[in-house]
Amino acid sequence: MGLIEAIILAVLAASTPLLLAATGELVTERAGVLNLGVEGMMIVGAACGFGGAWLSGSVIIGALCGIGAGVLMSLIFALMTLGLAVNQVATGLALTILGIGLSGLIGSRFVGEKISLAPHLHIPGLTDIPLVGRILFGEDAFVYLSLALVIGVWFFLYRTRTGLILRAAGDNHTSAHALGYPVLRIRMFAVMFGGACAGLAGAYLPLAYTPFFIPGMTAGRGWIALALVVFASWLPGRLVIGAYLFGAVTILQLHAQGWGVGVPSQLMSALPYLATIIVLVLISRARTGGSTAPAALGTVFVPDR
Amino acid sequence: MQLVLEKRAERSSAIALISPLIAIGLTLATMSILFAMLGKNPISALGVYFIAPFVDSYSLQEIAVKATPLVMIAIGLSLCYLANAWNIGAEGQFLIGAVAGSWLAVKTQGTDAGPWVFPAMLLLGAVGGALYGLIPAICKVRFGASEILTSLMLVYVADLLLDYLVRGPWRDPKGFNFPTTAEFDPVATVPVLIEGGRLHLGGVIALVVVAAGAVLLARTIKGFEIRVVGAAPRAARFGGFNSNQLILLAFAISGALAGMAGIIEVAGPVGHLQPGISPGYGFTAIIVAFLGRLNPIGILFAGLFLALTFIGGEQAQITMKIPLDVTKVFQGILLFFVLACDSLILYRFKLVFASPKVSRGAH
Repeated sequence: MGLIEAIILAVLAASTPLLLAATGELVTERAGVLNLGVEGMMIVGAACGFGGAWLSGSVIIGALCGIGAGVLMSLIFALMTLGLAVNQVATGLALTILGIGLSGLIGSRFVGEKISLAPHLHIPGLTDIPLVGRILFGEDAFVYLSLALVIGVWFFLYRTRTGLILRAAGDNHTSAHALGYPVLRIRMFAVMFGGACAGLAGAYLPLAYTPFFIPGMTAGRGWIALALVVFASWLPGRLVIGAYLFGAVTILQLHAQGWGVGVPSQLMSALPYLATIIVLVLISRARTGGSTAPAALGTVFVPDR
Repeated sequence: MQLVLEKRAERSSAIALISPLIAIGLTLATMSILFAMLGKNPISALGVYFIAPFVDSYSLQEIAVKATPLVMIAIGLSLCYLANAWNIGAEGQFLIGAVAGSWLAVKTQGTDAGPWVFPAMLLLGAVGGALYGLIPAICKVRFGASEILTSLMLVYVADLLLDYLVRGPWRDPKGFNFPTTAEFDPVATVPVLIEGGRLHLGGVIALVVVAAGAVLLARTIKGFEIRVVGAAPRAARFGGFNSNQLILLAFAISGALAGMAGIIEVAGPVGHLQPGISPGYGFTAIIVAFLGRLNPIGILFAGLFLALTFIGGEQAQITMKIPLDVTKVFQGILLFFVLACDSLILYRFKLVFASPKVSRGAH
């Protein structure tokens, strides 16, 4: 296996959790809800995903546990922001703080344990094609799932009636409510979808990336996923480009450390975070003529009957 | 059955006063259930958490020591949150303040520098924290980048910078390769208030910060402008307030206070610069700010209460083998209940059974 091929495989693996979490958050934000708790939902998803897989011996059950945990976490968020009309930014922070504590509590008994990683696809003939075979036909199921999810979300948002209503709720909740659409219910499902994706993204880390659980293993990926949604201007297609770019930065810094480039390893480790800041500045600066964000993003909605 | 919110005609000041207490009560009830689920006796666990620290003078002093950074950071954060600027990177500003002040301590080590060293370190910590806090503020007002994400990203960067310094250039040559600077000289440490005790000058500084915050918000034009910009941005525009300038100011003050808290922590309780100097003070301070209802006096009490959870958490781990993560869970749940109870100030909650059938409009 060539070095280039190895790097591309590593980039795809590093990008997949970012893509999964960002896709979920994109749908949530398109419905007008800013859930800053992605990091918290991811880390609980990672702990529950590993726990499920370790206890059952099945990666699929692990992934389902991760999804379930993410949905439960997102329901707390929905109850607070949609049910009780609490500020979304503060609630998202609370969700992250709670998630970090809960994951430590749940995951403590699994620290030091090991599982076998999710298997990679192998189609005799196709996977063995030199150069592109492993990249196109030799990934784990999550990689394909994340790409299918992006296509599905794009189709849902732009080609279905429900998707149109969801976007309407995110752009102007008062009008959507006046037209008789259940804004809060739509938003609740959008938040739950975001939670499911974040939980799965978290579970990906111990199930397909590193075969063990360590506390804090998401290392800010949830926050980077939030930044990716801004980077993508809330468009699913651009999310793929953004996620793979960030995955590339992550892998680049790992390899650069391995090659012994004469730069402190901490500076290389800081690259993904610095890149996020620079990208946010450049993207926000380019958008001088009005923002592309959903118009009602982050605002509280209390229906008057 | 459906939960319906009804806007109150005016905000309920009675509930505004007691809502933090309701929130604490609900959190304690939830924690009892969690303790029972962990197989621990809830009564004795809560006792270890919230009563045992009051018994001996060492723990009492330790509460004040832990509350010092929490209160200082939270006062700064409350200014930001009142101005509707979301600084969530106080942890990073805390670390950079610690680094900036430690630079002087490391450079003057072993020289016969006078007692000016510690005040100069305080100043450096404040300046370092303020400059670091200004980065997300400038990115926001100049380029429109979300201050939430940039300030949070800078926490990871600060953490890595500190790690680099204590493993590289500033490492104690006689430290057996541990990632730490040498112990600071006496002139570079925070003076202790009681001989042989834990209580140090930082506690006094925190009280001064509380008083200054109260005066700034209640008695000065700038404080008024900060509150108006956050609560009624349109009115602020008509009033001719420069909201960008106020955001920069709030971030600078917030960063300076966090940075000062950082250098006090390093030059006081810790005594040298090393990774892990903060058990998440910058994040816990967010809870302190909200539990104190963004009011300086409230923040003082909230800071003491959350400091108690750190001490209680450590004792519960030692005596009852309750994992330290329970403290984080506790803090997260507390913030949820605080926010939910705050909603009661503006709304009345009503449970509606058998919701009336509403005919849908366009379909």
